[in-house]
Order: sequence, then C-alpha cells, then structure tokens
Amino acid sequence: MNAPVKTPEERKAELQGMGDSRLRKEDARFIQGKGQYCDDIKLPGMLHMDIVRSPIAHGRIKKINKDPAMAIPGVHAVLTADDLKPLNLHWMPTLAGDVAAVLADEKVHFQMQEVAIVIADDRYIAADAVEAVEVEYEELPVVIDPYKALEPNAPVLREDLAGKTEGAHGARDHHNHIFTWEAGDKSAADAAFANAPVTVSQHMHYPRVHPCPLETCGCVASFDPIKGELTTWMTSQAPHVVRTVVSMLSGVPESKVRIISPDIGGGFGNKVGVYPGYVCAIVSSIVLGRPVKWSEDRVENISTTAFARDYHMDGHLAATEDGRILGLKVDVIADHGAFDACADPTKFPAGLFHICSGSYDIAAAHCSVKGVYTNKAPGGVAYRCSFRVTEAVYLIERMVDVLAQKLNMDKAEIRRKNFIRKEQFPYTSAFGFEYDSGDYHTALEKVLDAVDYKALRAEQEQKRNDPTCPTLMGIGLVTFTEVVGAGPTKMCDILGVGMFDSCEIRIHPTGSAIARMGTITQGQGHQTTYAQIIASELGIPSEVIQVEEGDTSTAPYGLGTYGSRSTPVAGAAIAMAARKIHAKAKKIAAHLLEVSEGDLDWEIDRFKVRGNDEQFKTMADIAFAAYQQPPEGLEPGLEAVHYYDPPNFTYPFGIYLCVVDIDKGTGESSIRRFYALDDCGTRINPMIIDGQIHGGLTEGFAVAMGQQMPFDEQGNLLGNTLMDYFLPTAVETPTWETDHTVTPSPHHPIGAKGVAESPHVGSIPTFTSAVVDAFAHLGVTHIDMPHTSYRIWKKLKEEGVQL
Amino acid sequence: MAKQIVKMNLNGQEIEQLVDSRMLLVHFLREQMNLTGAHIGCETSHCGACTVDIDGESVKACTHLAVQCDGCDVKTVEGLAEGGVLHAVQEAFYEEHGLQCGFCTPGMLMRSYRFLQENPNPTEDEIRTGLSGNLCRCTGYQNIVKAVKSAAVKLQQKESATA
Repeated sequence: MNAPVKTPEERKAELQGMGDSRLRKEDARFIQGKGQYCDDIKLPGMLHMDIVRSPIAHGRIKKINKDPAMAIPGVHAVLTADDLKPLNLHWMPTLAGDVAAVLADEKVHFQMQEVAIVIADDRYIAADAVEAVEVEYEELPVVIDPYKALEPNAPVLREDLAGKTEGAHGARDHHNHIFTWEAGDKSAADAAFANAPVTVSQHMHYPRVHPCPLETCGCVASFDPIKGELTTWMTSQAPHVVRTVVSMLSGVPESKVRIISPDIGGGFGNKVGVYPGYVCAIVSSIVLGRPVKWSEDRVENISTTAFARDYHMDGHLAATEDGRILGLKVDVIADHGAFDACADPTKFPAGLFHICSGSYDIAAAHCSVKGVYTNKAPGGVAYRCSFRVTEAVYLIERMVDVLAQKLNMDKAEIRRKNFIRKEQFPYTSAFGFEYDSGDYHTALEKVLDAVDYKALRAEQEQKRNDPTCPTLMGIGLVTFTEVVGAGPTKMCDILGVGMFDSCEIRIHPTGSAIARMGTITQGQGHQTTYAQIIASELGIPSEVIQVEEGDTSTAPYGLGTYGSRSTPVAGAAIAMAARKIHAKAKKIAAHLLEVSEGDLDWEIDRFKVRGNDEQFKTMADIAFAAYQQPPEGLEPGLEAVHYYDPPNFTYPFGIYLCVVDIDKGTGESSIRRFYALDDCGTRINPMIIDGQIHGGLTEGFAVAMGQQMPFDEQGNLLGNTLMDYFLPTAVETPTWETDHTVTPSPHHPIGAKGVAESPHVGSIPTFTSAVVDAFAHLGVTHIDMPHTSYRIWKKLKEEGVQL
Repeated sequence: MAKQIVKMNLNGQEIEQLVDSRMLLVHFLREQMNLTGAHIGCETSHCGACTVDIDGESVKACTHLAVQCDGCDVKTVEGLAEGGVLHAVQEAFYEEHGLQCGFCTPGMLMRSYRFLQENPNPTEDEIRTGLSGNLCRCTGYQNIVKAVKSAAVKLQQKESATA
C-alpha cells in the first residue's frame, strides 16, 4: 500500500524551517551533564597554570623572588615578564591599537594585574605556589577618576608611551589621554542650538559593569613539539581572530595553529578579548612541551577580564517649544582603564556610539568621545550589545525624557512627534547611518494599547494625589533602535580583517547535511536555528542538518559571535551558500526530469515540473544524483561556501514599557510590569527569540538595578565576588511580557535583523525611565544607576518624601 | 599532602577512592571521577552550578570536601536519568526551553530534582524561592520556572499511574 500523499503544509511542517518553535538540538547533552566546556577538557600529562596578581593598583615592581614557589614539589616553572622578554611576548597588541602587558613589566597599572605565572602538576599545587611567590612593590599615586586623570599634574600612568603624541586614533594631548573621536557635524549642531527656543542638558554616568557569564574564562593549550602544532581549547567568542593573533604573537604559522571554542558557558562580550592568561598558557605549553590548563576563578574574572561601559556622558538637546527636536550634542569621557583594550571595529574607538540619535529624526547632531587611562583593569567590551550601542541608547532615551519633562509633555507624545516615519526609510541619520527599515509608530501604539497606558497614567495621578499611598509609581518608556550586524568590510575590521562571516554547507548523498560556520554559539542555539534557515532554503529537514562551529581547522574563517552579528551576517552567509546549492540542484533536477530549468518550480522540498504535481525530484533525490550521475559539464557533489560581506548594518528596534512601585519608606522597588515589544525582522525560531529576550531583559534588570564595580581611592575594587556583584536570582527577577512586530530588513537575504542584545540595550534605560518617573512630579529629571534600594532610599530622603 | 580513603555510593555505584584531604568534592567529581556535569562558577557557594545531591539534600560541591562524603549517597546530573530514560526534570527543561548555554543546567536540574521531592506541588513563588540558590545568566528564569511546574505535573502523573 502506498503511503498517503502528504499535503504541502505537512511537508513544510516536517522541515521545521524558519518560523518554527523547534526545540533545541543542543539540549540533549546539556541536560545529561555531557556538555564539553573548556574546564572539562583533560589531556594526558596536562599541567595547571595559575597567576600571581598585584595587590596594589599602581606601583613599581622592585623584586620578584620565585625560589619559595619553585621549592614546592610539583611546581614546574614560575615565569615573569623578564622571562617573556627574550620572546618579545611581555607586551601584546590590543584590538584597539594599543599594547597591554602580558605580565607586568617593571610596573603594575591596576589591582589584580598579572605579575607572574606558575605552572604545576595540579591546581592545588599551583595555588600554593602563587601564594609562595614574593613580590616587592613601590607604591605610586593612584588615579581612579578619569576627570582627575586629565588634570595637568595627574600621575603618569603609561610610562611606556612617554613622548607619544600620536595614538592609534589620532593626537594625544595629555599623558593619560588615549584618543578623542568625533562624529556628526559640529557647526550644524552648534547652529541648531544657537537658534533653538528650548535646550536641555543632563550629565549622566553609565557605571562600569561586568558581563559575568556563569562560566569564567580559560583555556587548555597543547603544543606538539614534534609536529610543531599548537591546539588550544579556549573560551572564545571569536576563535578565528584568536588564531590569527596567536600566530602573529607566537610565530607559529597560522596553518599549524588550531583554536577550538568548545561549549561556552555564556559570553556576553566577556569572551571576545585575548587575555594574558591565554597567552601565558600557550607560552607555557610551548616552553614545557606539555598541555597547560588555565581556569580563571570568579574573583579574577570580575577583577581583570573585560569590563563594560564606564561612560561619563553630557547630553544636550535643542528643540522647539512644542517638542520637535532640532539638535543633539554629546560629550563623553570614556574610562578605558590601564590599557586601551576595547573590542571595537578598528576605525571606531567608541564603537557605534554615534547611533545616539536613536529612533528620532534629528537634523543636526555631533558627538565627541574622549578615551582616558586610569588605574583600573582594561576592557570596554560590548556587554550583550553592539559596540557601545547600549551607552548610546541610554543617552538618547534619557535625554528625550529630560526634554519631555522640561516641556511638560508626555513621554509617548514627544516620541511620536520625533520618530523617523515609516515612509522615511531607508533613512540617513545626521551621523551617517543608513537605517534599513522600521515602523516605530505602529509598534508604539501596539504597546500603549496593550498596557492601557492612559489608565496607568490615571492611576499614577491618583496615587500622587494621595498622601497616604505607601508607594511612588513610575512608568518607564523607551523606544530604541539598535545598529547591529557588524559589518560592511569597507567600514568594519578587526586587526585589518574585514568583518564578514562565512558558511560552508555540504549535502551528503543520502540527503542529510552539515553546515560549518565562522561564528560560535554561547547559548543562542545556533545548532538549532541555523539548521532552520537551511531547511527552509533547501527543503531538507532541520533534524538531519548538523551545524558545527568553533573549530578553526574545520570551519571557514569568520569573525565570531558578538554584537548581534550571528544572524545578520552568518545567517545571511547560510542563506547565500544554500542558494548556490539550490541553483546547482535545479540543474540536476532539470537533467533528471528531462526538462529545461525554466520549466521547473520550487515547492518546499522539491523541484516539480510546472503544472504537474506528479513529476518532481526532492532535494534528497537530487543529492543522490549529484554524487551518482551529475549532468554532463557539472562537477559531482553538492556543496557550497559563502563569505558574506553585508552591504549595511541592520537596525532592530523595540518599544519597552515598565511600571515600577517604590516603597516610600524603604526605597525597595518592585517591577510590577515589563512589556517588551521587539522587532527583529524575520523571526527564525519564536521560542528561542523569547528565551533570548527573557535573558536580555534580566541582564538589563541586573545592570540598571544593582550592578556596579566601585573602587576606593587606592584602586581596590570593592566587590569582585558573587557575594557583592549583583546577579539576580529567580526571586528578584520580574516576570516578562513579550510581543513583536515584523519589519524585515530589505538588504538581508532572509530579512532577519538579530535580536539577542535588544532586550539588554533597551531595558536598561526603561528601568531608569521608570525610577525617575516615580520622582518626576518632584522635579527630578535623572538618577544615575544602579537603582539599588539604598540609593533610592537616599533619593527619597533628599526629596523629602514622607511615608 | 595527606590522603584518605573515601567510600561512597556515587550515582548508584559503591566506590572507594584515595583522595587528598583538602580536595573539594567538585574537583573530586570532575577530575578524579571524570563526571564533569557539576560546574564551577564561583567557588563561594553563590551560583549553584556545582549543585549535587548528598543523602537527600542539595549541596554545593564547590565548598564541600570530598572526604566529607565518606559513607554518603551522592547523586550528580549524570545519575539523573535511569535506564536510559530521562528524569521528568530533564524532559521538562528541554520541552520548556529552560536552558541556553547549559552551564547552570546540571545544578538547576539537581536542585529541581530535590526541590520537587521537598515540595511536589509548588506555586510559582515557591519555585522561585526554592531555586534561589542557583544562578542563571541566560534564561531570566521564566522558562526554568515553567519547566519546574511542568516537571511537577509529570511526576504527579507518574505517581498516580504507579499508585
């Protein structure tokens, strides 16, 4: 008996292609404890490395005594900068055009800086040896405040740069000055302000925070002295770039360097950089000829590997009396710590901060960002965002609120008035970005209707008028636009390598497939979603499509996963590679069906002869034929590789609304409601999108409501454990409501824009908007993050709020 | 370093091992027994990625010595599935998208496994409090809460089917 013929809908459903909330392929190993993370890797003869770190933030190293450590049985080596000097590895280039000490060379520049390494039989002996290394320091004056760092008589931090008046990004006008970067048109902005009826200004600090993924950084370096090959398993969001850097630093040909990013326990920007720990483990393995593991502990992670933010911003808006924005000016002092190790595309030392005109049609704009050295750990990575977009969105959304308050306008109304209108897309901003698509008005009204905004405002009014009400109610509203998917190679590169991404697809004779990618998942579910793109493009069920990433020996070169670039760039590479295969498959189908290609129609999983449903060849049939009897003139096999250079960034957007209730007596806040509408263009897996949004909102909640890295005057970081650094538990975390609109990107092969970072970028100013709104009737226009209960309680006291 | 013999029942198997007296349970499991499901996220008992079950209680293996487990029943995520059949909490985390990077997952599962024995029919608030010793940086907990609720239902159905 013949199997019943499946309907096109049934066939489509079986593919589990784009739009399907397919369960995740990666989960089977994780739920059974069979993930393979870096610290899980154990090689025969493997040694353990640990790091001796500076207890002080600024000082000269007078003496290092290794002997007590070397006397401990099981210790193989203790290395300092002096040992690395002959190899010229005591300093390394950073992604930002500066250099960073691998091991402190005569001077330490921040607390917990790497001073020496020990290599021992196991991690316990290594830890003992770290304690035994004796280091003598001469303390130097410490500079923590970036404004003080720029005073004429401020201590010189970077003696290695003495006399250098030119940095990687232009002139340096002070010994602690790194760069000044500008965008927009200053004279046009000045003119807009000169003639404006209304102007507002606000100073705000976006605090230093840390991405703090649950898995810390680490690696296992294994150099084979006989083959001259170096294999390193590493917690890296960009393994190919690391391979290039390692080859440049070590002199080992890139063809003999293999970097493998295994399963990664969250990245959020923390795992983009190349850290001294990685370099030292690699050097140790080369020197000792044995595998060497380095696993950071949590204190080391928070103290030394890539922080984010630390922008001191002055925003200014010029407007008409009825709230039409005429001009924007922004000045930023950016605290980069001791070395400029920001992870940004080379030409953009402040990342894509110039997206700070936001979702608004602003004719004149200018921004200036000044990078400064201080005695803090280096970093400045994009913590779940695209290169300083979080700072930019915070700035503009805060400024629009400040302007609305000055004009006594509603937050929603002022946004409606200034939005870039649907028909203006593609829209070129005053900073030169070409926004691809958007429909902000529709999305805003959808959110306002969903939460009954009018009723919320009425409730707030009634509570403000009731002196017995125990709470202050605040409503936050943010209407953000991101710029992600870096990026066009004509604008974006890292160490000179353009920021394309890549995909190689091979269809096997029996119709299953493998795709290898230049990106690397850290929880985003690439193994699931990438397969869905191929399934829709080629009619092969997702279930039989393997996705491999992270091994530089098998995957095509790609720039990695950060800045929401996986779907916008690698996702496009997948579609384009699939289309190359599709084109070849069509030729084979025409040959098999003995018709011309022009007589064929594609339907879900097959080419069929136009007008005849019975005459068709499925992709599985074609795959077999490609290996068995390809038409004359066509090479056998069915595979393709594509390197995708995006023509533009993508511009996801969202409308977020938050209702907060603040206890007038204790300052405790409760997020009553958080409604998040995201538009990421075409949606590949709604279940995964929702999961990404929940996670991003929770990280945003952490940043806005509690995360901080406070330093005392001596440069001690007062909070580098999970006891002090705020990671919300399930108890504090609000319940999230999600929604969406779909405005595809016109330049992306499948219209997708990227989503995982939007909720982090968009939610942070929403929380601040809500907290400030609770105090708005008292004339408060801004409160700096984090909005901890104590800080809110202090504000209640300052404003004389009575219980 | 002084070594001691430790006997325990690990995931249903009686074992006898020589361990350094200062060795933490999490290192013993991961490095000596090659059970790498329990992860190290903080080394201070805050994150719960190393949660295992010892004699019917959830314990953070990063601040527990291996020698303290002498004579104990220890269960790790690797022992959760029985006879190749996933435990209800494993099934539910998969079905409800209760994990992303997977690093907190073994600890979350082991805590959920024990929590649902302590409280077989929990409210959402009770689940959130019951799991508050386990941090997740990816999911925002919403789907984890859903998964634990769903696992509670599955376990109850299983119970009534065998009753």
